[in-house]
Amino acid sequence: MIGRAPLALAALAALALLATAAFLALNLRGDIGFALELRGARLLALVCVGVSIATSTIVFQTVTGNRILTPSVMGLDALYGFVQIGLVFALGGLGFATLDPRMKFAGETALMTAMALALFLPMLRARLDMTLMLLSGVVLGVLLRSLSSLLARVIDPNDFAIASGASFASFNAVRGDLLAVASLMTIAACVVVWRARHVLDVLALGQDASTALGVDWRRTVAGLLALVAALVAVSTALVGPMVFVGLLVVALAERVVNTRRHAVLLPAAALTAIVVLVGGQATLQHGLGGASALAIVVEFAGGLLFLALLFAESRRR
Amino acid sequence: MIRIENVSFARGGTEILRDVSLELPSGGVTAIVGPNGAGKSTLLSLIGRLQPLQAGRITVGGHAVDSTPGAELAKVLAILRQDNGVASRLRVRELVAFGRFPHSRGRLSNEDRAHVAASLAAFGLDAFAERFVETLSGGQRQRALIAMAFCQDTPCLLLDEPLNNLDMFHARDLMRRLRAAADERGRTVVAVLHDINHAAAYADRIVAMKDGRVVADGPPAELMTPETLERVFGHRIRVTTIDGRPVALHHL
Ligand SMILES: Nc1ncnc2c1ncn2[C@@H]1O[C@H](COP(=O)(O)OP(=O)(O)O)[C@@H](O)[C@H]1O
Ligand SMILES: [Mg+2]
Repeated sequence: MIGRAPLALAALAALALLATAAFLALNLRGDIGFALELRGARLLALVCVGVSIATSTIVFQTVTGNRILTPSVMGLDALYGFVQIGLVFALGGLGFATLDPRMKFAGETALMTAMALALFLPMLRARLDMTLMLLSGVVLGVLLRSLSSLLARVIDPNDFAIASGASFASFNAVRGDLLAVASLMTIAACVVVWRARHVLDVLALGQDASTALGVDWRRTVAGLLALVAALVAVSTALVGPMVFVGLLVVALAERVVNTRRHAVLLPAAALTAIVVLVGGQATLQHGLGGASALAIVVEFAGGLLFLALLFAESRRR
Repeated sequence: MIRIENVSFARGGTEILRDVSLELPSGGVTAIVGPNGAGKSTLLSLIGRLQPLQAGRITVGGHAVDSTPGAELAKVLAILRQDNGVASRLRVRELVAFGRFPHSRGRLSNEDRAHVAASLAAFGLDAFAERFVETLSGGQRQRALIAMAFCQDTPCLLLDEPLNNLDMFHARDLMRRLRAAADERGRTVVAVLHDINHAAAYADRIVAMKDGRVVADGPPAELMTPETLERVFGHRIRVTTIDGRPVALHHL
């Protein structure tokens, strides 16, 4: 008997392929070779972003033990923005601008990972409940964003222009220069997460149950949180902050495959993310002609879902 | 064998365990009894290394619980906690199969599957095997959690109030299984029990705790006296003998 999961995965894979083909082929005009090269690079970026958002969201939800929090709801991409402008502040605009972008990216990622661990490990160890975690995430996000804008005011306008140039990536202005290093990081992180898929299943049972089954909770969670931070850095660097996409694709995937087993959910959510992002971009940009609203549409749908999940959660209590 | 030496434990300034020492030989069923807040769960969680030791030493089968790698210890002892939140979208069979994780690291062999099937059958869970755990009743869920701990197939089994939520049939059935695990497989079973009569009927030894100390320790016949029970639980309890067994009329 073929179970539901393999069928669902196959269907998602087919949809993802379809989305990819549509993205590459819809309304292709002019110099086809050149256009394809351009689209290919953007396709790679979207896939990278989708896979890293899906993976980081699942790992984060498993480690924190809930389905509503995502790295971005908890302020991790605000942290990335803060690190970016903090570096401009520390190095000065010129120093920042002359750095190799890949070096900068690596530095930002390392710094952000360290800060994310410093912020979240104590929170996890204190076993905060969902409401408190959510609250701390919101407060953290506001705090980091206001610190960022404070820094933006303090540094001189030229430096600020450089900093915002570096941070205003979006779906229509994908950071091509970081594509290679970002893809490599995504692949490396995904390999590690995939190899930990059974351990992730155990972690979902909670700290005590994981310990009882012989998983070193502290070390494993610290390592996984570092991976989450790196993956958030990848997606934020490539296309800018996206708050609700992760929540949306993981919740959709979970309903499609009807399991939380990571061996199934990880690929399912990655494929769903590709369908939503690549398919959405193909429809909105190449199909409907130039509209750049994918981020808005996806964030809107994701935001609604977030509220729905919150209500469902509070009713369950 | 479990050896507990001079274990003390404090939380927020209050002492929860005060210099507890116990030695439980291999094989056999030990019941831990005592009023609420006596420190039973804390002691069990320290043996099961769910909390770090603050003072004293605990070894299980010669392994010091604070320095032995967790993965190794998970093949020596299994622990059922008193309160278990269960992750959602988890089927009963999947939950029980987690008991095999220390052996399989998630890749179930045929032997692992056989263990899972046997545990499901032993605790009457065959009919629920494909149900989501959150759709079970409290007692059914408790049986699934016990099945998971059994499935871990460790020489030492720690159970914190395993009879919670169980009906009479399943409570008796579980106690008989614990007895059989000790007698037929030489497993060392330690269970926190609230029903002193279950403890007296099935345990080889009863350890009574109060205010973080062991206040009585011995075979049921020795412990089941009105004086000792009053010292532990705080009210006068009549003890009669039925078919040669001591029975406490604690509810009267
Ligand atoms: N996390 C905690 N913080 C503070 N006190 C605690 C904590 N856990 C347990 N205690 C206290 O420790 C004592 C023993 O608790 P416990 O071991 O759960 O008792 P038992 O299982 O015997 O009923 C109780 O008085 C309880 O209030
Ligand atoms: Mg207790």
